[in-house]
Amino acid sequence: MKVLLFAGLAEALGAREVELDGAPPANVGELDARVREAWPALAPQRFRVAVNQRYARDDEALAPEDEIALIPPVSGG
Amino acid sequence: MIAVSQQPIDVASVLAAVEGPSEGGVVLFVGRVRDHAAGRTVTHLDYEAYGGMAESELNALAREARASHGAARVALVHRTGRLAIGDVAVAVAVASSHRGEAFAACRWLIDTLKQRVPIWKKEWYADGGQWISDRP
Repeated sequence: MKVLLFAGLAEALGAREVELDGAPPANVGELDARVREAWPALAPQRFRVAVNQRYARDDEALAPEDEIALIPPVSGG
Repeated sequence: MIAVSQQPIDVASVLAAVEGPSEGGVVLFVGRVRDHAAGRTVTHLDYEAYGGMAESELNALAREARASHGAARVALVHRTGRLAIGDVAVAVAVASSHRGEAFAACRWLIDTLKQRVPIWKKEWYADGGQWISDRP
């Protein structure tokens, strides 16, 4: 499953997207835990998960074709 | 007019976008790049956006401002890329029947934009840069 990265998270991994290996996580909470485990540089970071360009809750179910992004604390304006 | 763009923001056109015959109060907020932050001298900024989601969040904010905050017409434009000191980073225009609603809706829009819209700012100083988080 492809995961999009932005700002400090992209810089921490040196990539704008990463591929999460293995079976797609069932929900957002599982995805959060899996990416923190797969990339230790993400483990201490603060971010929310967006699914198909909307902020998602931990219990939201995921489908393999969903567009997943990790959203660090925003700082526009 | 709702947009996230690398192009310089034309403030006059943002203001013109909320013109209407029934709106007597128009408030414009312009956010410009400042040369200091938290006691440090800032040389320039980089803004990055999650393009599609940022625009859909801006559209959601505009809808909410019209539905619940007394705005009749809303224009929101945020710039991305490298900005110099003094460049316009964001412009928010609100037109309402009367000034009170326009001031309140404009304030709500810029405050909520800063909390919700997936756009990130990196401040650059003489000795390097740092991504900023407004919600520590």
